[in-house]
Order: sequence, then structure tokens, then C-alpha cells
Amino acid sequence: MHITQGTFSYLPDLTDDEIRKQIQYALDNGWPCSVEFTDDPHPRNVYWEMWGLPMFDLEDAAGVLAEVNACRKAKPEHYIRLNAYDASYGKQTTALSFIVQRPSEEPGFRLDRQEWHDRTIRYTLHPYVADQPHGERYNGHK
Amino acid sequence: MTPPDRLPGSKIPASRMNFGMSRPGGNSAGPESPEEAEKKETLAPDAKIDLAKERAETGIDDVFSALDSELVGLAPVKNRIREIAALLLVDRARAQFGLSTSRPSLHMCFTGSPGTGKTTVAMRMADLLYRLGYLRRGHLVSATRDDLVGQYVGHTAPKTKEVLKRAMGGVLFIDEAYYLYREDNERDYGQETIEILLQVMENQREDLVVILAGYKDRMDSFFVSNPGMSSRIAHHIDFPDYTLDELDDIGKLMIRAEGYQFSPEAEKTFREYLDRRMKQPRFANARSVRNAIERARLRHASRLMGAEQTVGKDELTTLLPEDFRGSRVFANSDSSADSDDPLASDDSLAD
Ligand SMILES: Nc1ncnc2c1ncn2[C@@H]1O[C@H](COP(=O)(O)OP(=O)(O)OP(=O)(O)O)[C@@H](O)[C@H]1O
Ligand SMILES: [Mg+2]
Repeated sequence: MHITQGTFSYLPDLTDDEIRKQIQYALDNGWPCSVEFTDDPHPRNVYWEMWGLPMFDLEDAAGVLAEVNACRKAKPEHYIRLNAYDASYGKQTTALSFIVQRPSEEPGFRLDRQEWHDRTIRYTLHPYVADQPHGERYNGHK
Repeated sequence: MTPPDRLPGSKIPASRMNFGMSRPGGNSAGPESPEEAEKKETLAPDAKIDLAKERAETGIDDVFSALDSELVGLAPVKNRIREIAALLLVDRARAQFGLSTSRPSLHMCFTGSPGTGKTTVAMRMADLLYRLGYLRRGHLVSATRDDLVGQYVGHTAPKTKEVLKRAMGGVLFIDEAYYLYREDNERDYGQETIEILLQVMENQREDLVVILAGYKDRMDSFFVSNPGMSSRIAHHIDFPDYTLDELDDIGKLMIRAEGYQFSPEAEKTFREYLDRRMKQPRFANARSVRNAIERARLRHASRLMGAEQTVGKDELTTLLPEDFRGSRVFANSDSSADSDDPLASDDSLAD
């Protein structure tokens, strides 16, 4: 199942050139960028792992793109997203966040039903990959 | 898995879903954007290009007129910059005919004594290369050994890469580059920085230009021990020391820019000052001129405050001989030096 989230969730995945232009747009607005990755695709998982620190004082998208590519190389079967932060509000504010890589296969989610009191049923989504431990999900890639 | 034809709630056919997603290893070159493809439409073989018009469109003439009006002398440097600009312009014209031109390497080395304008020219160069479309951004990031080399194992590479990322799209200016290499210690972390730089200078030419700067003799011996670096630098530009006349002109330019003027006698005193200062230790060319003027402004201000008179525009803008005579440079040999001048007795100030 094709997971979408973030700023451009309604669009097809961005090409590298489009990603570069979005990064440049963020930098032109003075928004530092950061790269994060995860192999836990649950939509409520907001804590992705940081690929290095946010990058400050960059002028050109090439520097950010280099980190995106380094992360892709090290984590070829993870979800990777790019965030841009707008500090002008005086607190950490995400101005942009979008997926820049996804695993080659996305098995999707199982719907779990839990019997509750008074014949109530509670529903929850369970990512199939979450049955594997971290590092062994998505074709066993670290 | 085969995706469903349409995802719930999505208007986008699933067949487009994987469109463009860059897979690791693939797509690294990336498709050209439509604008870029359009620009590269080749001209007919018998077409003509007006180079002067092309040149005017880039706006590089502003850079040259700024170079000429703000920087005195430096004829060889300015000539070399013009040559580089001509090369890039002709390359652009050739590209319009579809003639393949490899991107020229423009890493440079600026050698010269302190205060000969290396940093200033590097900034102008960044602007020029931006206007000629060689650099995407045209800013200058200045770095020395401390910014690039780490203190412990594993510290250097991230530090160097951090600076490189900031310099992407512009110029990385490394002042006193020879400090990156320590002859006496082959396990020095500076070696790691040099290796990363070499790689980037070779493989990421479209992302940044590296300019190394420093004293000529030390730069030369740095290149002897780092032949890889030497071979990657296309332009070695030497900044000559300024002559007395040039220093004089630089001084006049600076006081005009600051909204001051010399009295006719002060003009002579200033020249005499320069003549003496040049022969003294720690002379730093144009920077010494700037320092001399800063100190003269201090004396000028104290003089006006001490005089307890009303002052007009003339008094506020005119520097007199005594504003220079107070300097240590005139000490011992000149009876008119005011030994009570607090600025004259300050040993830490050579100017
Ligand atoms: N030819 C010139 N005409 C006018 N001003 C100049 C000229 N050359 C240098 N200056 C001025 O002198 C000062 C020092 O110049 P700059 O910092 O570029 O020298 P530098 O060669 O980088 O010195 P260092 O090697 O010590 O770093 C600057 O304020 C600059 O504006
Ligand atoms: Mg300098």
C-alpha cells in the first residue's frame, strides 16, 4: 500500500529535480532542512530517526541533496523524509515535510478487531512489517 | 505487490504512483527540467551570436566597473579575471551551437602578501561566476584550518563536509590553506580534509569553486607536498605588493568613501607616512592604509573635541597633517611628532 503523508501527500512522488527545487524553495525562505528515516510506517509514528542534525546556513540545495542521497545509500529500503523548519515563529515549526524515498515493496496494513465490553469492537491498523524486528523489515534491510 | 487501480480517496491513478520516485542507484542524473531542455535548443550552423550583447545581458560589466573603481592597481589580476570571463562567455556561445564543451575547472589559488586584496577579489569573483551562470548562488564561504579540521578521530570529515555543504553553489575560500598540511606529522587530521577537498574539487565542479589563498612561498611548498591539489587548480593568480603611488591612491579612495578629505599639506604628509610605513615591519599593504586612516580619524575626532570651537562641515571632513604626524611611524626621526599623543605611544599598534 502506497503510504502518503506530509506536504505533497496528494501528489505523485517527486522526482529528484522536483525535490531539489523544493529544497531550494525552503532555503530561499531561510528554512533549515533535515533528513529523517524510519522503517515503522505507521501514520501515527511521528518520531522518525534523524539522519544527522538539521542543516543550518546553507545557500544551495546541493548540500541537502547530498545528505538525502547519503541516507538513501545507507538505508535503501527505509522511508526517508525531508523536513524544513521555519524558526520565524519563535518555536520549532515544520514548514515543509515530504517523503523522498520509500521501500521497494510496501505490504500495507492489517485491520485488527478487538472484542470489547458490551459487544463493542475496537479497530486498529497494524503494519505487516511491524511483525519483524527493527532492521529486518522490508527485505531484511538494515 | 500490485497497487489497487486507485487508492481510496485519491484522484491519482495508481499507475502514476511510482512515477519519478527515485530508487537508490537509479535516476541519479535526473531528467532535465523543461526549461533547461528548451534553453539548449541548438542554433543553425550559419547563425551568428552577438557576443557583446550576450556579455551585456549577463551584467558582468557591473562587476568589472566595480573592480576598476574600487580596486586600485592589480592589473595582472584584473586581466586574468577578464580572460576567465571571456572563456565562459565563449563557452556559452559554443553551447548554443551544440558544440560540446567540458565545464572548465575554475579552482584557483590566490597568492600574495597580507592586505593585497585577495579576499576582496574572491568575493568579486564569486559574483562574476554567478552572473556568468557558472555558479548557482554566488556567495562566498570563508574558512581556515580551524573550521575544517577536527580535534579527534572521526571529527574532521563531518566538519569539512559541513563547510562544503554551506559553500555549495558558491565559492569556498580557504585562507592560509597551507596550514591544512603539517609536514612534521603525517597523521595530522588536516590530511583528511585535503583528501575530501580533492574529491569534491574533482567530482563536484558544478557545485562549487574552491579558492585557496596565502603567502606565495608557503603556498608553493604546500603544492610540492600535495601534488594532487596543485593539479586540480587551474588558475594561480599572484597579487603583487602595491607601489607607493598605488597605496596613495588606495588611501584617497578610502577616505573619499568614508566622507573625508585631505588638506593639501595632509596629502603630502600621508604620502610620507606611507613611504615610511612600507619600510617597517608588519606592513600589510592596503590593510595598513585602512588602519592608518582609522587612526587618523581617531586623532581628528580628539582634536576637534579638544579645540572647544564650533565646527562646520569643512572641519568635520578635513584631515590635517597632525592627524598623521601623531603616528608612531613618525616617531624618533621627526621633531613634530607629538609624544603626548596617547595613540603614538601604544606599542601594540604598528600603524
Ligand atoms: N587594490 C585595492 N584598492 C582599494 N582597496 C583595497 C585594494 N586592495 C585591498 N584593499 C582593501 O584593503 C583591505 C584588505 O584587503 P583584503 O582583506 O582583500 O586583503 P587580503 O589579501 O585578503 O589580506 P590577508 O592575506 O591578510 O587576508 C580591504 O579593506 C580592501 O577593501
Ligand atoms: Mg584575506
